[in-house]
Amino acid sequence: MAKVRAATVWMAGCAGCHMSFLDLDEWLFEFAKHVDVVYTPIADVKEYPEDVDVALVEGAVATDEQVHLIRDVRRKTKALIAFGDCAVTSNVPAMRNPFGGAEVVLKRSYEDPANLNPQTPREEGILPVLLDRVRPIHEVVPVDIFLPGCPPPAARIQAALEQLLSGEPIKLEGRDLIKFG
Amino acid sequence: MSQRIVIDPVTRLEGHAKISIYLDDSGQVSDARFHVTEFRGFEKFCEGRPLGEMAGITARVCGICPVSHLIASSKAGDAILGVPVPPAAAKLRRLMNLGQIVQSHALSFFHLSSPDLLLGMESDPASRNVFGVMAAEPELARAGIRLRQFGQKIIELLGGQKVHPAWTVPGGVREPLTEEGRQWIIDRLPEERATAIGTLEKFKGLLDRYAAEAQVFGNFQSLFMGLVGPNDEWEHYDGKLRFCDSRGNIVADGLDPARYRDFIGEAVENWSYLKFPYYKSLGYPEGIYRVGPLARLNIAERMGSPLADAELDEFKQRGNGAVTSSFMYHYARLVEIVASIERIEQLVDDPDITSPRVRAAAGINYLRGVGVSEAPRGTLFHDYEVDENGLITRMNLLIATGHNNLAMNRTVAQIAKHYIQGPKIPEGILNRIEAGTRLFDPCLSCSTHAVGKMPLRVRLYGSDGSLLDEAVRD
Repeated sequence: MAKVRAATVWMAGCAGCHMSFLDLDEWLFEFAKHVDVVYTPIADVKEYPEDVDVALVEGAVATDEQVHLIRDVRRKTKALIAFGDCAVTSNVPAMRNPFGGAEVVLKRSYEDPANLNPQTPREEGILPVLLDRVRPIHEVVPVDIFLPGCPPPAARIQAALEQLLSGEPIKLEGRDLIKFG
Repeated sequence: MSQRIVIDPVTRLEGHAKISIYLDDSGQVSDARFHVTEFRGFEKFCEGRPLGEMAGITARVCGICPVSHLIASSKAGDAILGVPVPPAAAKLRRLMNLGQIVQSHALSFFHLSSPDLLLGMESDPASRNVFGVMAAEPELARAGIRLRQFGQKIIELLGGQKVHPAWTVPGGVREPLTEEGRQWIIDRLPEERATAIGTLEKFKGLLDRYAAEAQVFGNFQSLFMGLVGPNDEWEHYDGKLRFCDSRGNIVADGLDPARYRDFIGEAVENWSYLKFPYYKSLGYPEGIYRVGPLARLNIAERMGSPLADAELDEFKQRGNGAVTSSFMYHYARLVEIVASIERIEQLVDDPDITSPRVRAAAGINYLRGVGVSEAPRGTLFHDYEVDENGLITRMNLLIATGHNNLAMNRTVAQIAKHYIQGPKIPEGILNRIEAGTRLFDPCLSCSTHAVGKMPLRVRLYGSDGSLLDEAVRD
């Protein structure tokens, strides 16, 4: 049987979901028997490859670059999993939304008189431009599976991956598998 | 406009970054920049929210070192309540912080950097990652995974979950350590002690092979900053701030962390979302300083536990007063794992450690509080101002990786200057440059609070915008 081609992607989040993935600990050896991880921030692949079977996407969509990235991921991926609460609801990164756009929030951090050279960093072509409204993934591209949690505990990630590897459609039911927070 | 090479994205870091390398007209490297490309805005969106929420929200700055934020946030809260926390609570917070240092350093060494060190800087990029190490060195990878698990499990035993436990609070912690939890830690300690010592010995054996890298991987003069204990010993939770120079001379000592603004300034550059802290007396950018494992070992006279004390003495012999090569961050990190395991051994035998008295109650007594902790990557400050009702009116977070921003940029430039001569991009160099940033284990997730088999494509443009060279790594 051919190995499953899997990816993990990190957008506007804290890496906690990726840490929870690594909390699979020694089960990762079992996982690696059946799965090729073809793209992940913890490896050196720079561009998202074609023909990915499943992608775990952590984080909300907060910059123009992330909009491009998630569209690219969607185009090349069979099953897209919104991985964790930031991906599912936009959660903490979206807490800046009520303040009325990116500029207000940037000003507070960078144009503080206490700083040397107070200015908002915006080198074109290098720094991504912040969206005025942070969005959950499903507002930008269709999502196949929602895996909530802040972060989803390792046991929940394992349950979802085991279902996936068995070739059955993923069905997450019950508090242990769908609780937010 | 000089020529520029861009590496995008930089991988195997905990965050979002790009690197630019600038060449002058003769094709020599003139400068390099490490761009942090993410921003979330915690300092703004926490305004108006209650103090009690801050630990839970600021933990979400970072999933790798949430415990550092939980502790710094709770200590800022302690200062606003104006109460000393019960002795057991301080010890339990220390225990959780030590668990975090173990798990985070294990992640940095085994999961993120060991692919370079064990498989080689120029090995196949498709397998130069933790899965490659699992295939090539399964025993070592398993030991590393279990070491990280040990640290994560301590966090879970105390706080109920491994990432973002809602456990530390202003005034102490929510729950004591159970006897079962204490026993689990005791049972697992011998294995992890052996792994920590074995890994350190293995790394020392690799040092000769990487002698050339150690010379140019961020080897320069700078100040070093961190917390030290009352007897000049390694400290991770409390204590006073010390600055040393690259000869190990103390430049400033006994500094109150709450007065950090008196001696640390922050500069903004147009090309990074990460601010640039500097030591005020020397100005910007001359006031460059480093934090984290290398700095903590350089400023401490002893580790405070037998094995780690001996390791510190040996470590210090590799410098002249201070160890200045950033390559030695790896070494320092492994010494800190040994020290943390020894301190965990001491704490689980402390009679206070299962005491039920773990929380002091009080209202809002002061309108400002600063909390500090040594995160795995360096000194972390949480500075809160509140109104009479305990709602946040102003917040400033000064993050461990931020302190190293100037040093990371200097490291990238130093490596680029050493390996790139002329307008051609040599093979294998790009990963060396990335490996230079990995030394600092930059947690860009934190820093931006304010915030397979694929080619790496790097393009080098001339000053007229023409494409001079392109390197594609398959």
